[in-house]
Amino acid sequence: MIPAPAALSALEISGLSHRFGRVQALREVSFSIPQGAFCALLGVNGAGKTTLVSLITRLYNSNSGEIGVAGHDLRRNPRQALSKLGVVFQSRALDADLTLEQNLSYHAALHGIAPAKARLRIGEVLELVDLSGKRKARVATLSGGQQRRAEIARALLHRPQLLLLDEATAGLDLRARGDLLALVRHLIAEEGVSTLWATHIFEELQPADRAILLHRGAVLADATCAEIAGDRTLEQAFLAMTGATAA
Amino acid sequence: MIWWYVFRGIALREFLRFIRQKERFFAALVRPLVWLFIFAAGFRSVLGLSITPPYRTYVLYEVYVTPGLCGLILLFAGMQSSLSMVYDRETGAMRSLLVSPAPRWYLLGSKLLASVLVALLQVYAFLLIARLWGVKPDPWGWLTVAPALLMAGLMLGALGLLISSAIKQLENFAGVMNFVIFPMFFASSALYPLWRLRESSPLLQNIAWFNPFTHAVELIRFALYAKLNLEALLVTAGCTAVFFALTLFMYNPAKGLWRAARGGKS
Repeated sequence: MIPAPAALSALEISGLSHRFGRVQALREVSFSIPQGAFCALLGVNGAGKTTLVSLITRLYNSNSGEIGVAGHDLRRNPRQALSKLGVVFQSRALDADLTLEQNLSYHAALHGIAPAKARLRIGEVLELVDLSGKRKARVATLSGGQQRRAEIARALLHRPQLLLLDEATAGLDLRARGDLLALVRHLIAEEGVSTLWATHIFEELQPADRAILLHRGAVLADATCAEIAGDRTLEQAFLAMTGATAA
Repeated sequence: MIWWYVFRGIALREFLRFIRQKERFFAALVRPLVWLFIFAAGFRSVLGLSITPPYRTYVLYEVYVTPGLCGLILLFAGMQSSLSMVYDRETGAMRSLLVSPAPRWYLLGSKLLASVLVALLQVYAFLLIARLWGVKPDPWGWLTVAPALLMAGLMLGALGLLISSAIKQLENFAGVMNFVIFPMFFASSALYPLWRLRESSPLLQNIAWFNPFTHAVELIRFALYAKLNLEALLVTAGCTAVFFALTLFMYNPAKGLWRAARGGKS
């Protein structure tokens, strides 16, 4: 049976393995994210998160396995797949010297959006992230939290079906972190965009959130935080699980 | 149409960044002017030049060195844009460029062309000042030099891109200065004609002949007098193709450095 387009996963990863020389960075990673869902990718530094993010964003191709974004295979149809993907990178992608509007116009152009349409869409995404008043402001003058929100606005310009956030809260204080997560949850409700939230900060997640626990390149658990944690905290559960599997 | 929007966006960003960094414009202008006003003035009496094409009379050293200085501007611009690529890669700007859906050859080609167009503005500003200093190209030369500058700029920019793919981290500019800019500039026909080099060292003349920068400079020199140096054009175009093809290889997700280098940071 052919699934209806609406039933397609926003992200489908199957049997993904990758190695750098003798280092096995990812082994047989498989999971999928349905449309309009929040999913956390949890793992300590070196667990393989960066490799996974690099592969999903097609920085380089994997040794084996498949990645599909909104039903498009990343290797066979990279253009269609990438056009459904919005990414907020760990490091800043906006030019500090240019205004927010100039930056967003540039990124809209990269996705082939006509200038007139881009102007309208820039208004919409700035509204979504509550930065309408900063349209003409230079990015350098924005606070850390505002810059992160601006990055999210940038990633949403082309109406992606999957929003990938790589350590998006890095360098933010507690309150800005909370605000950013609340914003992302709001976007899922408002725009129906699926979200893969890569992080190593366990406290950011809520019990009902789905989390994929990555450890030494393999998926250790794929369940809600409450299920993973059981009667412990998520962090205690993680330590117990990784302690048991450590060589 | 979509392709045009992509190029327009990339070109606009290059231009906006350029006008935001006025120091860069002045630095780019002062460098060749120092050579023209000071070095050329001092050298004028030391160096005798015979009549070689495209010149029809004896020319002053300032006149001889001007095309080389146009090349110098393009050389610096190419290396600087390569450096900004490395900087972009350390921030997320490069990643967000590469994750956009247009093919990589088009994205990198657009970036290359856009940065060369910005560099052409610098060259014309320099030529205008040189004109006030008495360096008069052919009246048609103002027009015919544009495609030559574009071609030379593309070659040097493509070389810059190639270097940017090979540099793993943002090092200081000195390395590129010492190992690329200085050797390319000095071992070329920019400052002295090849026959002059032969008199002192045939080896140096050979090195200069194999230096692509020599051909870029000769292409500009002839175009300034509304003449075509076919050999220089072919070498410059060929080098551009080779440098750009190698760059594409390096930036290819299935091959090249990105894969081996673990994509920058891990």
